[in-house]
Amino acid sequence: MADEKNDKQQSEISRRKFIKNTGYVAGGAIGGGILGSILGTNFLDGNQQQTAPESTDEANNFNRALMYFTRQEDFDVLSAATERIFPEDDNGPGAIELGVPFFIDHQLAGGYGNNDREYMQGPFYPGSDFQGYQTRLKRRDVFDVGIQAIQRESQNEFNASFLDLEGEQQDEILQKFQDDEVDMKGVTPTTFFELLRSATIEGAYSDPLYGGNGNMQGWVMKEYPGNYMSYIDEMEEEEFIEKEPKALRSHMSS
Amino acid sequence: MAKELDKVEVVTVGVGWTGGIVAAELTKQGINVVGLERGQDRSTENFQHIHDEYRYAIRYGLMQDLSKETITFRNNRDERALPMRQLGSFLLGEGVGGAGVHWNGMTWRFLPYDLEIKTMTDEKYGENKLGEDYTLQDWGISYDELEPYFYKFEEMAGISGDGDSMPLSAPRNKPYPTPAMKETPITQRFKDAANNLDLHPFHIPSGNLSEAYENPDGQTIAQCQYCGFCERFGCEYGAKSSPNVTVIPTAQETGNFDLRTHANVTEVMYDGNRATGVKYVDLQTGEEFIQPADIVVLTSYVMNNVRLLLNSNIGTPYDPETRSGVIGKNYCYQIQPGATGFFEDEKFNTYMGAGALGAAVDDYNGDNFDHADLDFIHGGVLNVTQTGQRPINSNVVPNDTPNWGQEFKSQSIKYFHRTLSIGCEGASMPHRNNYLSLDPDYKDAFGYPLLRLTYDYTEQDRNLHDYIAEKAVGIMEEMGADRVEKSEMTDHYNIVPYQTTHNTGGVIMGDDPETSAVNNYSQMWDVDNLFVIGASAFAHNGGYNPTGTVGALAYRATEGIMQFREEDGQLVQGKKNSKVTKNA
Ligand SMILES: Cc1cc2nc3c(=O)[nH]c(=O)nc-3n(C[C@H](O)[C@H](O)[C@H](O)COP(=O)(O)OP(=O)(O)OC[C@H]3O[C@@H](n4cnc5c(N)ncnc54)[C@H](O)[C@@H]3O)c2cc1C
Ligand code: SF4
Repeated sequence: MADEKNDKQQSEISRRKFIKNTGYVAGGAIGGGILGSILGTNFLDGNQQQTAPESTDEANNFNRALMYFTRQEDFDVLSAATERIFPEDDNGPGAIELGVPFFIDHQLAGGYGNNDREYMQGPFYPGSDFQGYQTRLKRRDVFDVGIQAIQRESQNEFNASFLDLEGEQQDEILQKFQDDEVDMKGVTPTTFFELLRSATIEGAYSDPLYGGNGNMQGWVMKEYPGNYMSYIDEMEEEEFIEKEPKALRSHMSS
Repeated sequence: MAKELDKVEVVTVGVGWTGGIVAAELTKQGINVVGLERGQDRSTENFQHIHDEYRYAIRYGLMQDLSKETITFRNNRDERALPMRQLGSFLLGEGVGGAGVHWNGMTWRFLPYDLEIKTMTDEKYGENKLGEDYTLQDWGISYDELEPYFYKFEEMAGISGDGDSMPLSAPRNKPYPTPAMKETPITQRFKDAANNLDLHPFHIPSGNLSEAYENPDGQTIAQCQYCGFCERFGCEYGAKSSPNVTVIPTAQETGNFDLRTHANVTEVMYDGNRATGVKYVDLQTGEEFIQPADIVVLTSYVMNNVRLLLNSNIGTPYDPETRSGVIGKNYCYQIQPGATGFFEDEKFNTYMGAGALGAAVDDYNGDNFDHADLDFIHGGVLNVTQTGQRPINSNVVPNDTPNWGQEFKSQSIKYFHRTLSIGCEGASMPHRNNYLSLDPDYKDAFGYPLLRLTYDYTEQDRNLHDYIAEKAVGIMEEMGADRVEKSEMTDHYNIVPYQTTHNTGGVIMGDDPETSAVNNYSQMWDVDNLFVIGASAFAHNGGYNPTGTVGALAYRATEGIMQFREEDGQLVQGKKNSKVTKNA
């Protein structure tokens, strides 16, 4: 996954700290083996920063598990693709660190993925560029076939899994989807790409209650304050006013 | 078998702004009204946790459930219409209060020119300036006749504005009930630029109230807190004027209003001469009912007003080939010329705001400027708004930026608070090929044909767009942007991106029963006891948001309904070929 190399150093530290704190594997290395993948980077990262309270929450973030995807690889391909769409950079975290892949997984498991509020009666015809979403596939199916198509296209182009491509190669593949240059059944590549793209942005910036926008870092990057009840006293101010972001959670009365 | 209920005096289909106004006005007079609304009940209490962009602005939490019903769409008659499977271009209301819950609150009066557009255009520019294919018509009512009803709506809704600063807008006999909203650095900058260009800027008249207000019915609307979650959301304070804090409680307090939610009307019962009632499905039990009534009022927004008439075989459907028939005719939308300015060294508090907070000029609206040497008529109101920018929906980047990846990310973050836009509600003129009809293939959840929209941009639209967009660029340059980008029109109208929920026409008002469907009381020429209220009555679409005019026509219609109870028959003498039964 794309965050792996960035986080490599941190993970090294965290592994050591984890081992020290728990005494789980005395003197041994966890490596990329079984324990590593069971615990996942979040657990390790969280453990590493025990002093920072907001990150400790991550250790107990039971929400970071899969509701929709059944194969780890599919989820990893999704994760890598979202990271290319919204990458980590000087501004701050990318899609993976923000939790966007979990956001998408959880959304696909519910009404959004099931097109509960969309007109899904047939007959189905392809439609012009101006007629919008025209497929019998529900959004979750679109993601399924889209992810498979990403892998297939990576094999065709580069003889490798999407997960093993360089970032720029991954971009090339994604661009082909946006440009409608891939063979797909049931849905156009552009429809899939646009869905992936918009879901990624939604996950980066929606209220953290949905599992994305981790620690409100999406909002922090955009200097967006989230949920305030009133700006009446500040409307006339000339200067830009920076505010500590607040999530909907802060609005619960109890 | 549908169960037949006891007859009532008046039944309305839909309880949004228009249904609410009818309910309030009639029940205050002691008349019993049944309001059938397909959606759920809701009030200010439902909006306590509303600051959720994803749930409400992106996933359309308050809008129509398309799984039950949508429209189909095609650009032209040679194309196969396909269902609008998800919301996009416009956001249809559902639930008590209708789209009046999640509207922005910009409240205008159409111009005197709008109501007599055909006559005035012919007089000033000669017959047929636009050519044969544009089906321009007068509305059969003058501005002077409508003025008191405009005020009635504004007074009920407590609209905040400064009429004195609006010399080119429709003339007013009385000031706005509450003062204009706050001036901000953004509105001030627009006004300064407009003044420098010798235009006439003013604050947009707003249904987000500048101060707490009690309306003549005794309903209180609170003061707007500029929370920035207005458009597409309900107001947590009851500060945005909506049917839910005004006309609906007024109707309920009389004890004469029977509001039935989850009641989806499928047909108007019609005996070939009069409407006898409506058929509806209770969505919670699946039971079917027939509600007989003396007077039937369609207040179900443009789309369903037209669809119910067509599905009930009432009136003659419009045929674009022969140009005969009136139901479905003169569908119009709006055109949105504009400009975006990028500011390198300044940041604005764009995350704060209110749905109708903004400044505007109407120097390029209506016939406020000379069209003699121009290849279009009408225009639009140009405005800057500060509605509260949110991060999912607002990712404005310079045109040459890709729409994903690293560059997109950093540019969209950089410019989040560094862009301002000038937008426009551009008027839309009716064209013979733009119309509404029934779809031959697709059905709703109850087996009734969906409404089919056939629509594309016309030459008039493109010419208007290009001219007005240049004006927007000029103002934005004067506002000091480092880079200004002009809006572009797509090759064809596209149902996908959100544009505006200002759909009009289909059951148009006029003074000639041959060319219009309702008289100026919104009473059908063909069916005396059937009133059809809403922007469906607009014979074309003007250059402002519609609801002020919709509200005025609704108040006018309630007077018609009361008069009809006394006199029966047609309230208006038709111009020619009238099937008139009575002269008022
Ligand atoms: C996001 C947004 C912003 C807007 N901003 C502005 C603005 O700033 N200024 C402005 O002037 N206008 C604005 N509008 C438009 C404004 O909301 C409408 O003009 C206005 O609400 C129309 O009132 P109406 O009563 O005709 O329809 P609605 O308010 O839509 O009410 C119609 C009701 O009928 C019900 N209904 C429909 N069919 C049936 C059926 N078969 N059976 C039972 N019930 C049915 C619907 O559920 C709905 O509740 C905006 C609209 C949207 C969506
Ligand atoms: S901006 Fe004002 S009117 Fe709109 S929701 Fe917020 S407080 Fe209510």
